[in-house]
Amino acid sequence: MSLAEYFARHGSEILAATTQHVWLTGITMLLAVAIGVPLGIVVARRPWLSKPILGSANVAETIPSLALFGFLLPLPWLGDRADRIAIAALTLYALLPIIRNTVAGIAGVDPAVRQAARGMGMTEGQILVRVELPLAFSTILAGIRVATVWTIGIATIAAAVGAGGLGEYIFRGLAMVNDQVILAGAIPAAALALVADVLLGLLERQLRPERG
Amino acid sequence: MTSSAPTRVSVEAPSEPLIEFRNVQYRATGGQILLNKFNLAVERGETMVLLGRSGAGKTTALKLINRLLEPSAGEVRVEGRTTLAWDAIALRRHIGYVIQETGLFPHYTVEQNVAVTPRLERWSAGRIRARVEELLALVGLDPHAFLQRYPHELSGGQRQRVGLARALAADPPILLMDEPFGALDPLTRMEVRQEFQMLEERLRKTVVIVTHDIGEAVELGTRIALLEAAELKGVYAAKEFLLSAEPVATAYLAQLRALEPGGRKS
Repeated sequence: MSLAEYFARHGSEILAATTQHVWLTGITMLLAVAIGVPLGIVVARRPWLSKPILGSANVAETIPSLALFGFLLPLPWLGDRADRIAIAALTLYALLPIIRNTVAGIAGVDPAVRQAARGMGMTEGQILVRVELPLAFSTILAGIRVATVWTIGIATIAAAVGAGGLGEYIFRGLAMVNDQVILAGAIPAAALALVADVLLGLLERQLRPERG
Repeated sequence: MTSSAPTRVSVEAPSEPLIEFRNVQYRATGGQILLNKFNLAVERGETMVLLGRSGAGKTTALKLINRLLEPSAGEVRVEGRTTLAWDAIALRRHIGYVIQETGLFPHYTVEQNVAVTPRLERWSAGRIRARVEELLALVGLDPHAFLQRYPHELSGGQRQRVGLARALAADPPILLMDEPFGALDPLTRMEVRQEFQMLEERLRKTVVIVTHDIGEAVELGTRIALLEAAELKGVYAAKEFLLSAEPVATAYLAQLRALEPGGRKS
């Protein structure tokens, strides 16, 4: 049986696994952005928080993913369902590039622009929403892009704790010593990562503050 | 426009100064004193130049007026009220502010940039539009050619004009300018400066302008406050400055004469 035949025969299952993979990644990214961007804003405002917050995110990054899934297993509520564990672990990994780029994006705003904004009587909130975030947006999006590509990759490992997704095929193929089964997971995962990278890259270029 | 060049000898007795520094000291967080024992009154309608070399405290003094900084001792009064009693946001919207690098918002068009303060003040769209066009014309930019452009599509002189239009947008009675022409090449600088001077004669704002350029000070100032090492060395009518014997002033004048050997009309 050729690879093409394998894909044809198991098309609907592979599609279901892909959907599950996209779902895991999507929820993860929503959470990571919802947590990471505000944390980045806080760090940008209070540089003394940079060490503890970026430090913790860095530490999370260094934990091998399989071990992290394992650590979360015994936790109450989280450990009850495999996809919760997977999403929690993936979110932890996705945070660092998002926080870091949010801080960098805001720090990169020309001080003269910020000073002018204050001098014109904008409140701190207005400066953030109307000036800093729009100007930092493409940098933040670059962080989200990196995090998304990572997450799609690491999400394959989530299958080890039973969260499903394309990793199922990879683990099954490894166990069966069957390359076709491995590829049935690896190829769609790689394709997803590429598509996400290209789409977010386009968006990023579109939204760059200095148009033209 | 009947009154010509303001002569600052006769001050209307009852009117109190629009801006007043009373024994102001400003200490930076590191502890160094950036402004000390500073007393200065700016009268309504005059252009007060803060002249001095880098680090003399000029910009510090300027930022104390719109409360970007708060005095460590003494008080700064704007329209008779200490800046600390003002709501900082209301105070700043009441005062136009122009800085050297213009601080134009790169993600806003010229129109949006000029409209910042009117929008913060929730003017109607029609009124904002009319005001923006009026202001661009006022600073010598054709509204239809410039409204939709972004700052990076403008020359330095054009950016500075937009910065001025933005500062004037809500028609503030006070205008603070921090080295407003500093980033321009000498010819553009002279042009924009002359235009500003004509504009100021028309608008009669109270202007405080920071510069280290003696020529600019003499040309634009009604009076010149000379700062050196965080302290006020003296306040002179612009013409009087040319005759001053204050060593710092004479040093400036020597520089001026060296540049223009023919001397200067005054």
